Amino acid sequence: MNDDLMELYQEVIMEHNRHPRNYGVLAHANREASGFNPLCGDKIHLKLQVDNDHKITAAMFEGSGCAISIASASLLTEILQGKMVAEAYTLFEQFHELLTGHPTDIPLGKLAVFAGVSAFPARVKCATLAWHTLKAALLNNNAIVSTETGHE
Amino acid sequence: MKTLSEADIARIRGEFPILSTKVKAHPLVYLDNANTSQKPQCVIAALDDYYKRYNANIYRGLYELSELATAAYEGARLRVAQFLNAKDECEIIFVKGTTEAINLVAQSYGRPLLKPGDEVLITALEHHSNIVPWQIVCQQTGATLRVAPINLQGEVIQDAYEKRLSAKTKIVAMAHISNALGTINPIAAMIAKAHAVGAITVIDGAQAAPHTAIDVQALNCDFYAFSSHKIYGPTGLGILYGKKALLDPMPPYQGGGEMIKSVTFEKTIYQDLPLKFEAGTQHIEGAIGLKVALDYLTQIGLEAIQQHEHELLAYATQLAHEYKLRIIGEAKEKASILSFTLDNIHAHDVGTILNHYGVAVRAGHHCAMPVMEFFQVPATLRASFSFYNTQAEIDILFNALGKVREIFK
Repeated sequence: MNDDLMELYQEVIMEHNRHPRNYGVLAHANREASGFNPLCGDKIHLKLQVDNDHKITAAMFEGSGCAISIASASLLTEILQGKMVAEAYTLFEQFHELLTGHPTDIPLGKLAVFAGVSAFPARVKCATLAWHTLKAALLNNNAIVSTETGHE
Repeated sequence: MKTLSEADIARIRGEFPILSTKVKAHPLVYLDNANTSQKPQCVIAALDDYYKRYNANIYRGLYELSELATAAYEGARLRVAQFLNAKDECEIIFVKGTTEAINLVAQSYGRPLLKPGDEVLITALEHHSNIVPWQIVCQQTGATLRVAPINLQGEVIQDAYEKRLSAKTKIVAMAHISNALGTINPIAAMIAKAHAVGAITVIDGAQAAPHTAIDVQALNCDFYAFSSHKIYGPTGLGILYGKKALLDPMPPYQGGGEMIKSVTFEKTIYQDLPLKFEAGTQHIEGAIGLKVALDYLTQIGLEAIQQHEHELLAYATQLAHEYKLRIIGEAKEKASILSFTLDNIHAHDVGTILNHYGVAVRAGHHCAMPVMEFFQVPATLRASFSFYNTQAEIDILFNALGKVREIFK
């Protein structure tokens, strides 16, 4: 198999696609949003608990989509636990840099598995859908975010 | 009837320069013809020739270049009229594409006519471009949009279609062939039924024109639309056929140059057909290229094309059963479109992997979200075959689908 393809569909991503973490409805959520990619029909609904100190204490998602978008949502909910809201925003920026082929020096931990997406520009939106949804949830904006109205 | 031999197909493939290119070091296997078709060298050369020898605006120059361009543009209109067997070439309007053609009818025919209580009837297998323009005009006029349902094979249920027709039905708009499912609608019978209640008919022929001979007089449709780029011609050009008696009283769709006889600040007198609907400088090289494409198709023979494409569909369908794909759209009458899903693997993942083996298919909702909703799939893969495709290419597609399964096992 082609190297780019191996990099894109690597085991960690495939495993999160098969067994997404934090999948389901979060009880007592105080932030939520829906994300939609009209190009492929991918849908994510994300629920968060954010405490008074702006710390994300829990995150869960539901939805359907391609392997990249589901694995991204799964890893997102994992990495968010215990992060400050401000940290989450910074993480999104760095993650986006990684996906568009401009990795920063700041370690992204498990999110580094998405580096291979940069060889597939058409799939960047799949990897960022959950993150756009996160942003909408943090703004407590109940509107449905679309990958086609936000900027990449 | 002429049939296409292997030698014919090999020669034809040689006439499409793009078919000998490579993708990711694999030969291109282009199976997205329902999306857009590739262009033969003769069409590419016609555009080159226009720009090198007689580029000029049409109608406006009293010089030779403009006369040549005008003659070529009007020659294209005549050629399209012959291709559709229209009674009169003034019934052929050049527009941007099928989408603009349908919008033109919705706004210039539908909007002045429709009143609250009137109905526009479409079918459940329409492309968004044959849904949204009717939604807009219904919102503008207070008319009601109704939908004839489809069955699980992806065929319009004819009894249900008839039940939705009544004296209230003013316009029936439907695809000749569904882009998402491949279903060929029995439009001749459906048009007759619409006429029986006094409705006029608008046929979205975007998928049909490249595959089947069209006779607008025999069909007795009132409007018929198709796009140049799907029929081996240039992009950015579409055709609207309309019966003269309907087009004549319709107000213009857009105002501007070339569509007028005289303009004062008090009053403008519009041109006669077809120029009334062709405001501004037109897609001149598009029309010239389309004429060459239609000549090319006719020379190969539409019946031979249809037969070869049907054989490809039959071959691919058989393999799809062997590979246990879920086929979306199993109408008895189908054009060479195979829409399917592979296990529970998302269409975009499949599309990405297929591309790595040089295979181009469409992955998505095909601008037919209601169809996806009906079949409860977010997206499908769609392989659509042209006369230049081969069984060997279909084998490559299925081998690549096997690779997808390996990655997702």
